[in-house]
Amino acid sequence: MKVLAALSGGVDSAVAAARAVDAGHDVTAVHLALSRNPQSHRTGARGCCTIEDSNDAFRAADMLGAPFYVWDLSAEFQEKVIDDFISEYAAGRTPNPCLRCNESIKFEALLDRAMALGFDAVCTGHYAQVFQGPNGTELHRAIDPDKDQSYVLGVLTSEQISHSMFPLGNSTKTEVRAEAEARGILVAQKPDSHDICFIPDGDTAGWLARQIETSPGDVIDAETGNKVGTHKGAQSFTVGQRRGLALGNPTGDGERRYVVDVDVSQNLVMIGPPTLLEIDIIEAIKPRWGGPLPVNGQAVHVQIRAHGDALPATVHVADELVTITLAESLRGVASGQAAVLYDGTRVIGSATISRSRRSASV
Amino acid sequence: MAYLDNAATTPMYPEAVAAMAGLLADPGNPSSLHASGRKARRVVEESREKVARALGARPAEIVFTAGGTEANNIAIKGIAWNQRENDARRNRILVSSVEHHAIVDPVEWLRQSDGFTVTWIEADAKGVVTAQALRNAIGTNPEDVALVSVMMANNEVGSINDIASLTAVTREFGIRFHTDAVQAPSWIDVNFAELGVCAMTVSAHKVGGPHGVGALVISRDCSVTPLIHGGGQERDVRSGTLDTPAIVGFATGIEIAVGQRDENVARVKALRDDLVSRVMTLVPDAIFNGSIENRLVNNAHFSFPGCLGDSLLMLLDAKGVECSVGSACNAGVPQPSHVLIAMGADPELARCTLRFSLGHSSTKSDVDALIAALPEAIERAKRAGVPKPLLEVGVR
Repeated sequence: MKVLAALSGGVDSAVAAARAVDAGHDVTAVHLALSRNPQSHRTGARGCCTIEDSNDAFRAADMLGAPFYVWDLSAEFQEKVIDDFISEYAAGRTPNPCLRCNESIKFEALLDRAMALGFDAVCTGHYAQVFQGPNGTELHRAIDPDKDQSYVLGVLTSEQISHSMFPLGNSTKTEVRAEAEARGILVAQKPDSHDICFIPDGDTAGWLARQIETSPGDVIDAETGNKVGTHKGAQSFTVGQRRGLALGNPTGDGERRYVVDVDVSQNLVMIGPPTLLEIDIIEAIKPRWGGPLPVNGQAVHVQIRAHGDALPATVHVADELVTITLAESLRGVASGQAAVLYDGTRVIGSATISRSRRSASV
Repeated sequence: MAYLDNAATTPMYPEAVAAMAGLLADPGNPSSLHASGRKARRVVEESREKVARALGARPAEIVFTAGGTEANNIAIKGIAWNQRENDARRNRILVSSVEHHAIVDPVEWLRQSDGFTVTWIEADAKGVVTAQALRNAIGTNPEDVALVSVMMANNEVGSINDIASLTAVTREFGIRFHTDAVQAPSWIDVNFAELGVCAMTVSAHKVGGPHGVGALVISRDCSVTPLIHGGGQERDVRSGTLDTPAIVGFATGIEIAVGQRDENVARVKALRDDLVSRVMTLVPDAIFNGSIENRLVNNAHFSFPGCLGDSLLMLLDAKGVECSVGSACNAGVPQPSHVLIAMGADPELARCTLRFSLGHSSTKSDVDALIAALPEAIERAKRAGVPKPLLEVGVR
């Protein structure tokens, strides 16, 4: 196959591309330039798309004998990932930008362009597995539970999965690092990147504060409806959050208070005891299916955070609305996060959480 | 492989390789006073004479540098600083809007970090700077101009400027004039004395010599404040131990390039014209950028509507056809061409460009390989489309 390998300049994508070469594919490498103003050097594990990363990617491609190019997707990244991240927060939701990037950059803008230019598949260093199942190509969890990235790939449609290669899904990170060393890939010891790549200093709240205009508003006790304090801007708060409330006058019972709801339209932050955070029904919209839709009432597992647990649940799908009923109640579910549904290790699909609530039984 | 990127770098002449190789193991530093030093010095000075002869300059006017970018930096900063030291009013630099980044960026640096102002001299739709455009840029205040810099031949679209007609204007006002002639000597007559410029940049690897060496030709009466201080080599303008093998490679290359110029021009022009007509036949909606007459004979530059230059480059590369999108790269990302924007091109078309540049080693089979690979590349690139352009375009 003619394979386009996306090389970030890190260890994982380099080893993934090397395995694609070993498997006999005709591999061409690209590095995605996602930042308008790339820094020269990487600082620690954060940030991405520096010129150093691009050079590291070039060296890795060269060792594999793969032609190397840099593709500028910075305009798409700005619009589909960064602007979306800001507007989601401005609307009081908590988005996952990595998911959005996979959905609209790596497996849409990049994959579409690759297909048009004559490639058969895109290869990345994500930890996930692709298998041929009875109903077509299936996306599964990686064997390394610590590295499994099927959650952030949950947005892929079956068509996208069928043109994707994830050669690292059957390995642990330790094995991949050792393989990089053995292959002489120079970035073998480069730290893993984490957090949000376009916020290099890791201060998401501070970064958002510079992007979103906020104004002070009231903190309301959700149980009494009384004003119990003020906040700097409702957009900075996430359901389930406890720190940063800065309530001058703590409640009498000494019980901890959490953000239980955020109302951006009225600039209100509602707080309450942890019991108010308990929900067992999640409603989610904009579903994306990696294969056949689940049947209503089907028992599944749902994951609502990148490194969260898989929780037993049942699912109902009505057009664009996915209703997930959890077997056990859960605390603090923020709108905007993705709910990814699993059947065992297989990804069924994902949807964006729009609302969560308590059923009568809680 | 079909190499059609000679404007980026051109293969070394075998004679230049041999001349260099013969000296690489020699110990002499041209500044040393013993026999080995004198031997190296003789090689450098003979090379200086050859380079001077090829460019219609005096040997004393040749200052060897580590390439064109360094020579441009010395010219832009060194002359501007010197002019302002002598007359504090001279605080404005005039440069054409189609210069190479090796001119644009030093000028921008002087503007942002050193208090100079910049007036961009407009180029016409063919990428040419006219005497009238220069007059307009000088305006009513010639006393504040420290330096004018206009390239001799454009690296992207190959347009040739009539430098003598421009220096006729600056001479009226006693304004210093520099020209970046890096693309020129293999294809057009470059006579430093007749051009009337006070400084001129040349580079070895564009004339069949090695990378990493070039020269700033500076007239005797043009004072330059040095950028690099040290042992005082090269008229105190450019310190640093001279790279004797590279310099002899440079001199050998430029001597051959200029000596064979008439012959190369005739042959390469025929190849280029054939390339242009076959491309236009294959891709009728292609746009040929720049002027066909007033142009380096080795340059062909097109916009292919609906095809990102990036995509075409990759697809042709996969077929062994090597060319360029024609504009500068930032970390490997081709930027929309500021040259085409300055020529008034549509910003989207400025990203849909390819430059094919021939050289002394080009043959008909290179053109044939391009023509064979182009239709499929165009079809696929069209299918991939042109993503949204970046917001910022141009050099200003």
